[in-house]
Order: sequence, then C-alpha cells, then structure tokens
Amino acid sequence: MIYLNALPGTIGQALIWGIMAIGLFISYKILDFADLTVDGSLVTGAGTCAVLLANNVHVAIAILVAMLAGMLCGLATALLHTKMGIPPIMSGILTQLALWSVNLKIMGKATISLVGKQLLVARADIATSIIILVVFVGVVIGALYWFFGTKLGCAIRATGCNEDMARAQGVNTNTTKILALVISNGLVALSGALLCQYNGSADINMGRGAIVIGLAAVIIGNVIVSKISSNFAVQLIGAIVGSIVYYLVYQLVICLEWDTDLLKLLSAVLVAVFLAVPHFKQKFAKPHIVLDGGENNA
Amino acid sequence: MLDVQNLLKVFHPNTVNQKVALNGISLHLDEGDFVTVIGGNGAGKSTLLNCIAGVFGIEGGSILIDGVDVTKMPEHKRAKFVSRVFQDPMKGTAASMNLEDNLALASQRGKIHGLKWNVSKKDKAHFAQLVESLGLGLESRMGTKVALLSGGQRQALTLLMATMNKPKLLLLDEHTAALDPKTAEKVLSLTRDITAQNNQTTVMITHNMKDAIEMGNKLIMMNEGRIIYTASGEEKRNLTVDDLLAKFREIGQQNDRILLS
Repeated sequence: MIYLNALPGTIGQALIWGIMAIGLFISYKILDFADLTVDGSLVTGAGTCAVLLANNVHVAIAILVAMLAGMLCGLATALLHTKMGIPPIMSGILTQLALWSVNLKIMGKATISLVGKQLLVARADIATSIIILVVFVGVVIGALYWFFGTKLGCAIRATGCNEDMARAQGVNTNTTKILALVISNGLVALSGALLCQYNGSADINMGRGAIVIGLAAVIIGNVIVSKISSNFAVQLIGAIVGSIVYYLVYQLVICLEWDTDLLKLLSAVLVAVFLAVPHFKQKFAKPHIVLDGGENNA
Repeated sequence: MLDVQNLLKVFHPNTVNQKVALNGISLHLDEGDFVTVIGGNGAGKSTLLNCIAGVFGIEGGSILIDGVDVTKMPEHKRAKFVSRVFQDPMKGTAASMNLEDNLALASQRGKIHGLKWNVSKKDKAHFAQLVESLGLGLESRMGTKVALLSGGQRQALTLLMATMNKPKLLLLDEHTAALDPKTAEKVLSLTRDITAQNNQTTVMITHNMKDAIEMGNKLIMMNEGRIIYTASGEEKRNLTVDDLLAKFREIGQQNDRILLS
C-alpha cells in the first residue's frame, strides 16, 4: 500500500533520471566514451538552477543557464581528451573532481533550499509535474531522434562506432566527440535542474554515483527494448523505461524497510549483474547440436 | 595527380627503437595511373599509404595531390582528395549503422556534415542503384546493419564507398588479403571495373605477384623503406611471377651479404 502511494512520486523521479540516462546513452552507447563527468555536471546543473531560483530568476531561464553550465562541463572533459590526449576515463575523473570545487563556489554553500520559490516541477504537485516531465522527455527524445538522423548526427555515430573509418571519411573526430559530450552533459545538467526543483533543494552530494544509476537505466532499458526494435527513438525510450524499472525496484527496497545505507551497494551490484549478463551468456551458452547416426546413437 | 618527394618517415626517432620506415621515397603518378606495390613485410608499403593518407605525420619530404600540397594537412581534411580501403574488412565501414547511412557518410566525404537529413529520398534510389552494380543482391538489404554482412560483402561495400564520389586518389591496402579466394577474385574484378570506368588514379598494395602484374599500368617493389624496382608499360606487361620472385631473391642475398659482412 505504501508502495502504491509512493508510485507517482517514484515515476516522477524516474522520468527525471531518465533524461540523465539519455545523456549517458549519448556518451556511453553512441560515442563509446565512459564519461565520469556526469557525477559533477548533474550537480552543476542542479546548483546553477537552484542559485538562480533562490535569487528569483525565472525558472525557464534558470533551467537554460543550468544546461549551458552542464555543456561547459562536457566541453572541459572533451578538451582534456581531444586536445590534451588524456584517456576518456581520466578526463572525466579530472573534470568531476574539479567540479566539486566549482559547484561549491556556484552554490556558495553545501545545500540550497527552494522552499517557497516558483518551480516548474515539485513532488507536492505530482500530477502536473508528471505531465510536464513527460513533455520534457518527449521533446528531448524527439530532438535527439532528429539530430542523430542528420548528416552531423551520423558523423557522431560513425565516430563512436569506428573512429578510423570516420576520419577516413573526412569526419573531424575531435569535433564530433566534443559535440557529443557537450550535448550529453547538457542533458545531464537539465536532469539536475529538474531534480533540484522536484526535491525542493540542491545538495553538493546529490550527484554521487549518478553515473551508476544512469548506466543502470541505459543497460536495463537496452535489455528490455533491444528485442523489440533497433529503431533509435525506441532505444532512447528504452533509457527512460530502464530508469523507471530501476526506481520501481529502488522504491520497493525502501518500502520493505531494508537498510537504506545499502542502496548504493545494491545499485552497484545491479549494474554489475546487467553488465555481466552478455559475457556469461556467451561463455556458457552451448549451441544445441544434434548429430545423426554414430556409435552413440546406434 | 600524386607527387611524393623524398618522403622520410622515422618511427621512435632518437631512441633505441628508432626505425627508418621510409627512406627518401619519391613517386609520381599521372591521372588515371594504377600502380601496384609489392615488397616483403616491413618494407614500408603500408607506411607509405598511411603517410599519403595523413594517418602518420612525416619527418621529411612533401606530398602533393593534384597540385595541392597536403604534407601538413590533417587526415580528415585529406579525405577530400584521398579515399581508402583497408585490409581488414571490418575497418572500412561502421558496423552499427545500416548500408544507407554508411553510403551517405561516404557520399559526404570531404564536405561539411550539416543538419540535413542523412539519407534523402533521392539518395535512397541513387544508393540502391550503386549497390545493385556490385551484383551481390545487397540492394534489397539497404536498411540492414553492416555488422550482419559477410567480410566480402563489407569489403565490396567499402570499395563502393571509397569510389562513389570519385576521389583524386584511391589507396588500397591489401584489400583482398583477408578474403577467401573466390570472394577475393570478385572484389578484385570489381576493383578492375570501377577503376577503369572512372579512370581512377590508384595505389594498390598486394602480396599476390600475379595480381601485381595483371592489375594496373605501373609496378613498384619496395624494400627497407626504398623503392628498389619500377616497371611500367611494356616492361610491366612482360613481367612474369618468376621475374619478380628472382628480384626478391636478389634482395634476400644482398641482405644476407650485409648480415654476413
């Protein structure tokens, strides 16, 4: 019963994290770049939005500026990788670490409360919030479906799939990588901006482990939708579906009154299991071969 | 069409692993020339192609394509003039993209990748027609991901992608070496047809002496970063596999003599 009562709130949260998962889908799946920046850029988005809202800036402007801030985070990681030759994981870690300080400076303190401010989405007004979030998700998926269907989007897809080939076809792979990471982190920051409103506060720690939650959503979603269609829009919807599944399980754990300290451990185990599934499938699946005749069958 | 002057390529310069891969190579090709390149492993054949394509920077010399100095031009910009087919059939196409998207990307080679829809209706018909010319029945599978094609089909597609918008220079790096003999013959005959049709200036590396003699109008043999033998026209037509093997043995003896002295 408690679980059902909590359901709308869970769905709202899952939709917001779904946008973050779509951001990760771009870096992790399309560009094949495990981008650890997101733990930081989520907070950058949330913190920027919260500071602006606390100063009574219009919510639309606050969200836009938060996205731009997130894009800058992606740009930082992309430049570390493309212009300075630092490996992807390390570039992301460096930006993430630096963002801890940057985020504190943006926010001015560790937590910003948004009580009494004009917000777009809020847990208190769950019905309207879910409708608004569904619109957001729809617009994001629609825009990305269009973008990755264009020549430029195709060049980004090729970069992630086969970088040598992309360069041989005249694609400046540095530019495409920068672009993909900027878009990805812009979406992650958008997710952060919505999340701080939804929760009623922004916190310097809210991004910890974000990449694991996002990846969980991407991977769970992929397992679910890959059997249905390989259409790009369906794959993006998969990230949202994955996020919803993740939060339904998460909420169940909370409702069962398990030790919530264990939630991050659970998240990590969940992602590890889903990542390992294809590996074990390949290792242990034996083809069923039937041979006719032979002494054993005689 | 191609003017390579005194190309010098050194790997790991000023270290104990220093290796002079190209030692003052000069090569001139007129429009429509088709040169086959032979030589042992480590002779510098692939390095030469990679330097022309811009994958590696060079330590000395110059490269001109159609009168344009591309010596310092980055690889993705050089793609405007040069297209390539690699030895590994997996390398020339984007596996997770379908045939149409791959062809569209190739048709855009050397142009700006803008925000136009990747494959227009007009493109669809055009691409299907091109793919049909391969004679592999792939025109009915334009929406299929390239990952699901065989190595030979992928290599034929790569060849089509490399030649569809008529590059100034086509570079083939043992592009049939990883294929079974029948498929290799098919890809080679496609190569012959397409290059003849387009009067395509081409450099082709091969380990197959017969192909090296039969294809193209020029032949060069490389050894230790130098061109040690060139044949063209009448002389090339009259070459036999035995002649080439004899030349290889000559180098081998020289090498032995150097080793022994």
